Amino acid sequence: MKTKFISLVVGGLCAAAPAMADLVIPNLSYRTGAYAPGGIPYADGFNDYFTLLNARDGGIGGEMVSVPECETAYNTEKGVECYEATKGLGALAYNPLSTGITYQLIPKVTVDHIPLYTPGYGRTSAANGKVFEWVFNYPANYWDGASVAIKYLLDQNGGDLAGKKIALVYHNSAYGKEPIRTLQDLAAKHGFTLTELPVDAPGQEQKSQWLQIRRDKPDYVLMWGWGVMNQVAVQEAANINYPMENFIGIWWSGSENDVIPAGEGANGYKSLAMHGTGMDYPLYADLKQYVYDAGKASGNGDQIGSVLYSRGVYAAMVIAEAARKAQELAGVSAINATQMREGFENLEITEARMAEIGLPNFGQPFAATCADHGGPGAAMLQQWDATSKKWTLITGFIAPDQDVLDPLVAADSEAFAAEAGITQRCN
Amino acid sequence: MPDQVLYAIEVTLNGLMTGVMYSLVALGFVLIFKASGVFNYAQGVLALFAALTLVGLQNGQVPFAHVINATFGTNLSTFGWHLPALLAILLTAGIMVILAIIIERLVLKHLVSQAPIILFMATIGLAYFLEGLGDVMWGADIKKLDVGLPQGISDTIERVTDGWFGYGFFIDNLDIVATVVAVLLVAALTIFSQYSKQGRALRAVADDHQAALSVGISLRFIWVLVWSIAGFVALVAGIMWGTKSGVQFSLSLIALKALPVLMLGGFTSIPGAIIGGLIIGVGEKLFEFIMSSPDLAGAWFGFTIGATENWFAYVLALLFLVFRPQGLFGEKIIERV
Repeated sequence: MKTKFISLVVGGLCAAAPAMADLVIPNLSYRTGAYAPGGIPYADGFNDYFTLLNARDGGIGGEMVSVPECETAYNTEKGVECYEATKGLGALAYNPLSTGITYQLIPKVTVDHIPLYTPGYGRTSAANGKVFEWVFNYPANYWDGASVAIKYLLDQNGGDLAGKKIALVYHNSAYGKEPIRTLQDLAAKHGFTLTELPVDAPGQEQKSQWLQIRRDKPDYVLMWGWGVMNQVAVQEAANINYPMENFIGIWWSGSENDVIPAGEGANGYKSLAMHGTGMDYPLYADLKQYVYDAGKASGNGDQIGSVLYSRGVYAAMVIAEAARKAQELAGVSAINATQMREGFENLEITEARMAEIGLPNFGQPFAATCADHGGPGAAMLQQWDATSKKWTLITGFIAPDQDVLDPLVAADSEAFAAEAGITQRCN
Repeated sequence: MPDQVLYAIEVTLNGLMTGVMYSLVALGFVLIFKASGVFNYAQGVLALFAALTLVGLQNGQVPFAHVINATFGTNLSTFGWHLPALLAILLTAGIMVILAIIIERLVLKHLVSQAPIILFMATIGLAYFLEGLGDVMWGADIKKLDVGLPQGISDTIERVTDGWFGYGFFIDNLDIVATVVAVLLVAALTIFSQYSKQGRALRAVADDHQAALSVGISLRFIWVLVWSIAGFVALVAGIMWGTKSGVQFSLSLIALKALPVLMLGGFTSIPGAIIGGLIIGVGEKLFEFIMSSPDLAGAWFGFTIGATENWFAYVLALLFLVFRPQGLFGEKIIERV
């Protein structure tokens, strides 16, 4: 009886695990809890892209892709548990969609030799490949976002922000504090006054911060928020009649979720965008044919084309291209995590390649190198139209101010290297 | 009047209004604790569940649509109706009563005469179950709640105060509505508990379970009654907070804002929940105003700090507890051995 039971358990586990030949890309997602409205569309986009590759192309380079999903609930401890539970499956890369989880995983992936891909989030200075061998955060990071926002405002003000007042409303966490140093340096460079307004998580009550904004009358408000903080901030801005066109969020404060609850009050609100949004891309014809109409859509299938769904698609696309590059470099299709890292480090995504994939003008072209794991860092601006309930891109890609950012990235990553005893590479 | 004084008055007024919002959540805790001695961990989730149900009913959303579609291959999402807000609120209140009956039948009935800690643990389980049920029934996406409540600055107050002081105060119309609703709610609860037969029975149970049972009061009925009322109060809190931020799962975290109110006001006093909410609201807002101001804390201490509200509310409550462990209005418990 006992033997039968053990056989059943082992058999069940084998059935649940991906076939050994699969390329395993775990999806550390969050579909429950307070941050689920952001986690669900991202996870759906991520899953659907790999489902498409499997259904249409038979996977990548002839290898099917397995995407085991693990629920983190945006909780750092659970995220680490998910990592530990899935790495044994032969994981090739992780993308946990959480800065907190990213910080915990950086030392682990460095020891375990598994690439960590954190597009637009995570530890900004991981852009320095000389120090962070196993971490990649192209095409843009938080500091890029802060610089792009200021460059846009410079453009709006004839190249001069001297004497202007800019307030930063931020999530009082490691994530929310990321842009402060950059903005302080940019304030010194361009002569504007920066007011920092932290909001404690989760951010349901922000009356104090918005009363202060009403009193101080800053020319512009920037926001680094996530979850309910975004919706409440947009509503509070509308409540005090703050001009929404002067209110700009980072790309994590720029989804449909963030503006719909405020209704007409959110009209004109802007956010950064590191990729395109919507279904006007040829890729969606294939997604419809091979995924949606085939009943293989992830989740409810009701998030298709949204901002965060698009970001999930983008992250999956980059990982898939890195895997393709790794196969090319290694000369084998069944790559391991070390070979996958080579793929990430030598990845070049051109506009021609994105058009071939079915995502023309969707993201910025980039080419990673040993030293550059961060990409060009450009971003666009999008604006919310409450009547049509759509985001509209209002700029092309704006490059960040590398003169300010490069020394910051170097200083932070070198401090980390000294602390962790890491010898810099790429010399 | 100096600008800083005007700002402080504005902050105080907004603190009072915010305190009322906290009190709406705290009231539900007090009602159940008063009648049964149970700290209902699920009160925040009740508010979330009520708000989800309200939006779902109003928009004609098919409950469990995802499960039904996955099981039967259908493509259901809505019934195609949009209910008037009042009707949707009444139906939701009815569902909260049914939920109270189910909770009593399936959970509380089996835990009669158990230690309070057992009942507390049961409410923890209930909170997680209801959160999961709400997710499966209505989905985890953010829903806009629109029952016709006004939002945004009160132009009248801004205009009048501008005429008086040369500075127009900001008061949110939603906060004014919440204050009126809270006053009506407390008045209704007071009248109910003082003048109705069921209210007197409820007070008798609150005073002494055994004595109430000995004179024929049904403990089970009282539990259903008090959980129904707490469910209705949760619905009111869910409407107010859901209108501010949209209905989403972080709504259950508003319970964290009620805890310092309860510690300060006492777990057994309805006026305590109101006064406690007002003190916490004003205290945390004024402290944040002072400590984040370069003209005040910056000039006095040479530094400023922000995001103090979450922790300062607890500090304030703990300070009160040092002098009155039972809270401002709580009953002093004397146990003799």
